[in-house]
Amino acid sequence: MNAQKVLDAKGLACPMPIVKTKKAMNDIDSGEVLEVHATDAGAKADLAAWTKSGGHEILEQNEEDGVLKFWIKKG
Amino acid sequence: MTVTMWNASDVAERVVNQRPLFILDVRNEDAFADWKIESPSFEYKNVPYFDLLDGVEELVTELPKDKEILVVCAKEGSSEMVADMLSEEGVDAAVLEGGMKAWSEHLEPVKVGDLPGGALYQFVRLGKGCLSYMAISDGEAAVIDATRMSDVFVKFAEEKGAEIKYVFDTHLHADHISGGRTIAEETGAQYFLPPKDAEEVVFDYEPLKDEDTMQIGSVKLDIQAVYSPGHTIGSTSFIINDEYLLSGDILFIDSIGRPDLAGKAEDWVGDLRETLYSRYRGLSDNLMVLPAHFMDMKEVNEDGSVKRQLGKLLEENHGLNVKDENEFRRMVTENLPPQPNSHQEIRETNMGKITPDTERKREMEIGPNRCAVRG
Repeated sequence: MNAQKVLDAKGLACPMPIVKTKKAMNDIDSGEVLEVHATDAGAKADLAAWTKSGGHEILEQNEEDGVLKFWIKKG
Repeated sequence: MTVTMWNASDVAERVVNQRPLFILDVRNEDAFADWKIESPSFEYKNVPYFDLLDGVEELVTELPKDKEILVVCAKEGSSEMVADMLSEEGVDAAVLEGGMKAWSEHLEPVKVGDLPGGALYQFVRLGKGCLSYMAISDGEAAVIDATRMSDVFVKFAEEKGAEIKYVFDTHLHADHISGGRTIAEETGAQYFLPPKDAEEVVFDYEPLKDEDTMQIGSVKLDIQAVYSPGHTIGSTSFIINDEYLLSGDILFIDSIGRPDLAGKAEDWVGDLRETLYSRYRGLSDNLMVLPAHFMDMKEVNEDGSVKRQLGKLLEENHGLNVKDENEFRRMVTENLPPQPNSHQEIRETNMGKITPDTERKREMEIGPNRCAVRG
């Protein structure tokens, strides 16, 4: 999937993955996609809840070798 | 304004003594709805931390001025951030060190009574409603239904100058990871399991049989096994010194065990009825019932213990007073609460089939125990 920006939040603990994701979202336009890499297990549920409350959309997510990847479309 | 750190004991003290506290839980809404720090004396507000990143000015107006405020999250990081932000707005708030993870792992030892040459202790896991036990008599100890935090039990025995001789699990647990095997390995104690629950277990254990009697201490304190199936097919209770009935997940203070956590509700409901309505009724009313769980803070006594006389439970516990067998069957097989989180993975861990790392074990145990059914 093509992302306009990639955020590496690996190794960061809560709340940093979301704090950084929120900042990175400011750098892209509505309709563009941010790719987030995280290793904190809590990021899964929190990113899902945060994108929903912020009007964004998780287009795809997967987990490879302990790294969680999310593709979030800005709302 | 300052941010202070509280540990789980600080919170436990307020729960047990029913002191007022305002909990600002900043986890996501699903996590909060699933499980929180329970106390009838606490007030709650749930606002996810990610909704506070732009500021807490609005939140500040909704916080009480006359109560201690504790910010809680999953591990600690997010509550620290929120407490810092509150502090900048002039609000004093404490942070729960280690978050819900620490709360889930906190054990509070409570003495439930004297025994010849020693005492019986209950380890209350307030965060998850699990109860473990250690009987000590003349320098020897037996541990029953130990939780994953095995070092707490090993250290406690050391402090009391007792050597752990036996470790028992009343059944194969589905809601939490047993610390029994680790304790036995570390101390050289014998680890007993009911064989009918242990058919798939992949490590060595001692089979625990009905009417087995084990003794600890020079005064020979009796620990008698009573086969009491129903929650699981192997469920076994213990009678200690003819005074205490450790009922495992068969009988609780205000509820009874559910028969479905291994997927065999229909098969085991008859056993459950037989145990509760025949076998337990044949025991002395004076026995003090000590279950392996509680579900509601109402079941916790003023001294922080969870115990009640069998005679009283036979009168008052609804689950022991359903005359009609079909009604009983319906009660324990229909409309059951959701199963504990990760229950299948937890069972496999307790059988030794999988060995997740500590972090994964913590995650598996998140949430309430949900081992009971209330009529």
